[in-house]
Amino acid sequence: MSDLMEMTALEMRAAMECGEVTSRQLVGASFDRIAALDERVHAFISLRHDDALAEAEAIDSRRAAGESAAKLGPLAGIPIAIKDNLCTRDGLATTCGSKMLENFRAPYDAHVVQKLRAAGAIIVGKCNLDEFAMGSSTENSGFGPTRNPWNLECVPGGSSGGSAACVASRMVPMAVGSDTGGSIRQPGSLCGVIGMKPTYGRVSRYGLIAFASSLDQIGPFTRTVDDAALLLGVLSGPDSRDSTCLDHPVPDYLAGLEQVDFKNLRIGVPGEFFGQGLDAEVEKAVRRAIKIYEDAGATLVEVDLPHSAYAVETYYIVATAECSSNLARYDGVHYGHRSTAEAGMIDMYEHSRAEGFGDEVKRRVMLGTHVLSSGYYDAYYLTALKVRQKIKQDFDQAFAKVDCIMGPTSPSPAFLFGARTDDPLSMYLSDIYTISANLATIPGISVPCGHTESGLPIGLQIMSDVFTEDRLLGIARLIQESRQDYRRRPPILESN
Amino acid sequence: MSQLTVKTIVGIEVHVQLKTRTKLFCGCRTSFGDAPNTNTCPVCLGLPGVLPVMNREAYRLSVMTAMALKCKPARHTKWDRKHYYYPDLPKNYQISQYDQPLGEHGFLEIETSQGRRKIRVLRVHLEEDAGKLLHAEGGGNYSEVDLNRTGTPLLEIVSEPDMTSVEEARAYCTTLRQLVTYLGVSEANMQMGQMRFEPNINLHISRDGEIFKTPIVELKNLNSFRSVERAVAYEERRQLAAWQESGITLSQGGKTTRGWNDTSGETYVQREKEEAHDYRYFPEPDLVVVEPEESWLAEIERNLPELPLEKKDRFINSYGLSEYDAGVLTSTAEMAHYYEAVVTATNRPKPAANWITQALTREINARGIEINRLEDFPLSAERLAELVLAVDGGTISKNAGDTVLSEMIESGKSAQAIIDEKGLAQVSDSSALEGIVDEAIAANPGPVADYKAGKKQAIGRIMGAVMKASGGKANPRLVTEILERKLAE
Amino acid sequence: MTSALDPQQVRKIARLARIRLSDDEQQMFAEQLSRIVAYVGKLNQLDLKDVPPLSHALPVANVFRDDEPHQSLSADEALANAPQRTDRCFKVPRVLDEGSSA
Ligand SMILES: [Mg+2]
Ligand SMILES: [Zn+2]
Repeated sequence: MSDLMEMTALEMRAAMECGEVTSRQLVGASFDRIAALDERVHAFISLRHDDALAEAEAIDSRRAAGESAAKLGPLAGIPIAIKDNLCTRDGLATTCGSKMLENFRAPYDAHVVQKLRAAGAIIVGKCNLDEFAMGSSTENSGFGPTRNPWNLECVPGGSSGGSAACVASRMVPMAVGSDTGGSIRQPGSLCGVIGMKPTYGRVSRYGLIAFASSLDQIGPFTRTVDDAALLLGVLSGPDSRDSTCLDHPVPDYLAGLEQVDFKNLRIGVPGEFFGQGLDAEVEKAVRRAIKIYEDAGATLVEVDLPHSAYAVETYYIVATAECSSNLARYDGVHYGHRSTAEAGMIDMYEHSRAEGFGDEVKRRVMLGTHVLSSGYYDAYYLTALKVRQKIKQDFDQAFAKVDCIMGPTSPSPAFLFGARTDDPLSMYLSDIYTISANLATIPGISVPCGHTESGLPIGLQIMSDVFTEDRLLGIARLIQESRQDYRRRPPILESN
Repeated sequence: MSQLTVKTIVGIEVHVQLKTRTKLFCGCRTSFGDAPNTNTCPVCLGLPGVLPVMNREAYRLSVMTAMALKCKPARHTKWDRKHYYYPDLPKNYQISQYDQPLGEHGFLEIETSQGRRKIRVLRVHLEEDAGKLLHAEGGGNYSEVDLNRTGTPLLEIVSEPDMTSVEEARAYCTTLRQLVTYLGVSEANMQMGQMRFEPNINLHISRDGEIFKTPIVELKNLNSFRSVERAVAYEERRQLAAWQESGITLSQGGKTTRGWNDTSGETYVQREKEEAHDYRYFPEPDLVVVEPEESWLAEIERNLPELPLEKKDRFINSYGLSEYDAGVLTSTAEMAHYYEAVVTATNRPKPAANWITQALTREINARGIEINRLEDFPLSAERLAELVLAVDGGTISKNAGDTVLSEMIESGKSAQAIIDEKGLAQVSDSSALEGIVDEAIAANPGPVADYKAGKKQAIGRIMGAVMKASGGKANPRLVTEILERKLAE
Repeated sequence: MTSALDPQQVRKIARLARIRLSDDEQQMFAEQLSRIVAYVGKLNQLDLKDVPPLSHALPVANVFRDDEPHQSLSADEALANAPQRTDRCFKVPRVLDEGSSA
């Protein structure tokens, strides 16, 4: 094998099981790739080089001693990256992309981190993100932006830009991100990888630094749907520390991949997802992808999601209200940045937060504060909760008629740095197609469906009803198998 | 000057710390007095990424209290975040209940010198407590934050403004404390701050048929019944004087917050926290709603203990106790339980009541014993029952009984052992007494003549002689009987 | 209700949110937030009569834990991230009154 990192996670697992390669070699190759590329891509905020290699060696010796694959765990020895809004107690900081938490060391592991470790995964480092996961380009990181491996002049999307970019550039075969309004699916689309947001309540949020609690959900980044099925199986399941994580059976997602009967598949294609502002190349690629499903025997059904036209408005009220509350704790008292300009208690709070937060965080915290404040609550927050109800009802009605809904993940391919930073609203519209899944709590996946003429990836978004991730993955796999986009390598790998 | 009538209006918000082993949303212990910051975890420290999980027992105790306060327990409740910045509140929001409290519209019946009154309870809700600020001695320029108490379950009970006097305000507080300790939902230890009172008070002053309402004052964080009493009384005087001087009424003055200085005995204006009144409540997204099953509610209701006033009425009606005795014997659940154990063992409700409310209470007070549990009584109910029977059945005199009680507590011996040891048994053998009586009659011709002449009280002198001759052991009832018979001969 | 926010209102919001802003920042955020608020205010065009607010994302109720103690952190672990501490407590600028009231 010329490039170990070209393997998918499942291929790595098979290769380790039959002794072709060791975890030490894979993790070593991962760090080699990171060393070669990350100066340009900046996908990582921190790396755990020595610890990861030691863990890889430990897996190798356990395997050599005859320990069964089942005992070693489904991800044994596979290098993986996690978004730096997941708490880890390994001595690395958990920064959430913010100067506020630059030196914060969590005394506990997030639930998904525990699950990854128990599955034998080797966490190589923590990925860059928009500060507190607020953004669609990773330009808001307190530690500098991540670049898109397909074109370093372009953003990788966000907020999980680092997680998407490190998978796209084959630094790791899989990464974990979080999605509040599209923060997995949109960077997945812009970086040409699989990005999936599970049903709200599928994966425990314990240890995920909250942005908007009723919308946040953790999910996988991989190059193939099969790997996404593998990783989702590890991440999913109940957790007594998260009241909003449901004890819903976790199916064998891998085994379910080939269960979809495309002849009887009903696909909803809502007009709302093909409106004004949609890039022509994206629209063409997405329609071409949908055609592949039709050719496989699926039926297109007309569905209406009239309130999805108000998803962005609804989202920017609900999400900012929750974030203004969730971020109140960053005040310089118990952890995090404290201003040295402190005088009295209130000055200390105000200076610490002014210094620790970037502008986008301040904007959203203030907007959220405003929509919850007395005299405005009913007009903004309560109204938004009602529209959220309508959006959810639209989807419920749609899923009575169809098995899934398809459309573009992002209205445009990756855009240039700075293109949307001066106008917060234009940045918010980057998530116009992804936000409604969060509001409706349903799962959604972005799967590559081609490239623009200039070589930027395009993603097809597929959404389905709550807790139907197994079928969603199976549906997504058809486009992967028929187009094989995951084999296309970003130019940065060739220039290497 | 025209005539003024002044009516005091008081409503009280009470915070009661619930008796759970662990905090409301995490498994840290709720113990008091541990070294600072040793009962904390990522959840109650409000670290990034943590989530709360509701303590079932805290909810159960809350529902129990709501039921005892005759509130209708909610079939649907939720949690809300209340935002304000304070260093003892690590998340800078408190998880509380805003518009759907777990209980509403009940009442608490109180007893005052004017009789019983129902004080309406507006709402009962559950919330988390904040931590504690410690201030450096000698005016250092910093404060210390201890988060051990952060997240402790607190029940907030809000009354309607139904109290019209200092006496009623105090009675409400003491009755509420009695109730929660009866229910066993709280230790309600005042010194430990497990029960805190915030009275709202204003005056309705009528002059020439016109009513003037003074601005409402909320008194913060009173920690004792005495401070409630004194602070409300102080406010009555202060508000009247302030109105007389300035004429400012509720519509102009609104509502202000005042603290209480226990040393000077005065209330003082508290600096309003900036934007203190915009708490920006919204539903807590990290917790799900509570919709208690009917069967669970029914079970809680079934297990509600008999409440203090119900018990008091039963003691009066079934045991024939006085209002006073019944009150003393139902003052705490422990006391009532102890009393009924003695009654069960003796079937002598009134003597049992007398022994407990008098001699035993004297012994307890003299020894400075605090009764928080049944085991705290210096004497088991069985032991006391033995004594009650010994005195009531005439084996020993009342006076000897006092001695035996004291000795039982001191030595732990049984009543019978002490009676035998000290030879305290009364002479109730009439043949033995006949001789002593005869001697006494012979030795006291004067009183005998007086008695026979109609001065019946002269019998006391002869009785005295009999008792003296018997060394105090003669059974007085029997002696009286024999004497009366012989003197009538 | 007019949706535009002037710098004075932004100052008030920033105070509530405990964020110190310079005059320039107030100006900048006033402009940006006004546009965003006008945008999100479009929701008020919808007829939402009788629509129940979706205040909880999940159709579940009654998630409880047992009243069982867990292992707490040591004081040093609890204070490990404190920007300033004494040997046993978090240290903050002097606060005058008794503490927040629950
Ligand atoms: Mg309260
Ligand atoms: Zn705790």
